[in-house]
Amino acid sequence: MTDRLPGFATLAIHAGAQPDPTTGARNTPIYQTTSFVFNDADHAASLFGLQSFGNIYTRLGNPTTAVLEERVAALEGGTAAVATASGHAAQVTALHQLLRPGDEFIAARKLYGGSINQFSHAFKSFGWNVVWADPDDVATFEQAVTPRTKAIFIESLANPSGSVTDIEAISAVARKAGVPLIVDNTLATPYLIRPIDHGADIVLHSLTKFLGGHGNSIGGIIVDAGTFDWSRDNKYPILSEPRPEYHGIKLQETFGNFAFAIACRVLGLRDLGAALSPFNAFLFLTGIETLPLRMQRHCDNAKAVAEWLSTHPAVNEVNYAGLTGNRYNNLARKYSPKGAGALFTFTLKGGYDAGVNLVSNLKLFSHLANIGDTRSLVIHPASTTHSQLTDEQKIQAGAGPDLVRLSIGLEDKEDLIADLDQALRA
Amino acid sequence: MIALHMNHDTYDDNYIRGILNNVKTIAMVGASPVNVRPSYFAFKYLAQRGYDMIPVNPGQVGKSLMGKPFVASLADIDRPIDMIDIFRNSDAALQLVKDALTLNPLPKVIWMQLGVRNDEACALAEAAGLQVVMNRCPKIEYGRLSSEISWMGVNSRTLSSKRAPVPTQGMRLSLNRVSVGGGGTNAADRAAQLKDDKNNNA
Repeated sequence: MTDRLPGFATLAIHAGAQPDPTTGARNTPIYQTTSFVFNDADHAASLFGLQSFGNIYTRLGNPTTAVLEERVAALEGGTAAVATASGHAAQVTALHQLLRPGDEFIAARKLYGGSINQFSHAFKSFGWNVVWADPDDVATFEQAVTPRTKAIFIESLANPSGSVTDIEAISAVARKAGVPLIVDNTLATPYLIRPIDHGADIVLHSLTKFLGGHGNSIGGIIVDAGTFDWSRDNKYPILSEPRPEYHGIKLQETFGNFAFAIACRVLGLRDLGAALSPFNAFLFLTGIETLPLRMQRHCDNAKAVAEWLSTHPAVNEVNYAGLTGNRYNNLARKYSPKGAGALFTFTLKGGYDAGVNLVSNLKLFSHLANIGDTRSLVIHPASTTHSQLTDEQKIQAGAGPDLVRLSIGLEDKEDLIADLDQALRA
Repeated sequence: MIALHMNHDTYDDNYIRGILNNVKTIAMVGASPVNVRPSYFAFKYLAQRGYDMIPVNPGQVGKSLMGKPFVASLADIDRPIDMIDIFRNSDAALQLVKDALTLNPLPKVIWMQLGVRNDEACALAEAAGLQVVMNRCPKIEYGRLSSEISWMGVNSRTLSSKRAPVPTQGMRLSLNRVSVGGGGTNAADRAAQLKDDKNNNA
């Protein structure tokens, strides 16, 4: 007899969690402790030598955080996950297992600005060279492959434009090149898109955004799809060769299809140190329990606001993949049929000044540099995050002077529309 | 093409659960006394979970592993064995199955480790009425089905609303949790599909 396959909402509540062994607590307790006692010297040696499953020190793993890790792995359809202190920490921890100085990775040009900074500057000082490609033109990824390419990095729904990436097409390029496809699934969450189903080998998240959903914690996570053969050639020695840190253990040989997650934990978290706080893990778990309800509401509200804005006389153009006629609408229907996410941009006929005025006149929308909150958020990149660029650079970066970005929250959509209406009139 | 009794790309959790709940004596062929080898990890873990483990390795006779003396071959084991866990390369599995089929009584299960697969050996064992598992690790499967492996952030693919026992060294854990998807995942299906594609293109 085969067990019934639980649905997404059931997994969002139950995966990874179980009533506490000692107290019977039904909700996952916060194990706010740095360290865990050993039964005896042999138990300690077994844990340090990776022979036993168990807890040592919260930098390496924690029972509250482990529930979060298993839950996100289950929702994404992966074999294992490793939580980190932030989305940026997830990126550096994951890529540190794959790249050596002088290596390259190909990244989509349309990414969260913080990732563009991290890849262009911080990673350069490690000798990791990012090669940019255009996610709207798959051939540019193929052309960028060299013998030093170690990974391909894309966003499923891209920030800030909310554009949709053809994951399967880029996965085919990665497979041909013999490198893993890494997908940042922050904006979509597994409720909208499960990149592993479309060929991703590693999925990353900023938990800070929609998975947490309440704007109360910073965190990230790495999900191992379990699909990539790290030992096929000698490209990924951290996974395929004996590890001197662990007396010669070969990680893939020992851990099979969750070896990448183990590497991120026992080398990445251990040595780079960007562990998530158990308290933040608890807040993320609470957020994820309502993920399916929240994401659907985010999408429904975003579509309603985008449709309303697209008929407004002060608005030039609305860029939302959920709108019929948008250039990404077909990809959105294929990859994200339940909705095109909560994030989109629009341009104002009144240009830079109109953008500044709109932001200052809004009463419900909060002016800040985050996305994926219960609250609706707005930013005018030209006067804030991108203010140091020339007008031409702003347009290239998708942050022209007349462009405004919204992250639509969970309020009543009528109230959001009324707030935009009064601010556009003011 | 060898006709196999069942699909060996993915296993239903209940199949694995049934094996791990029922076998008691396990002969591990290729057990290593070197404490960083996967066979050592698995031997020690299964012994701590209460299985009667027998290390088989002709190069180690005269020594013992966790107090259990090494034997040179399956024929040298002095008691009935329920399962043979093969920690050798895939090619060696065929002769080992032939050897196993000369035992009286017959073992119930042939288990080939992660990375070990031999369809001919599998077909031979299944024809004799044995259960076969290939390309899996019993330590990982035990840890997964009991959710002990969840401590490492691994997706156990099981759920339970029951209070868990307090895990202590050496205790047997319940494997009878609700399986999520009966063993397969999309990732596993995709890995199997990729393997098929590779075979078809080869």
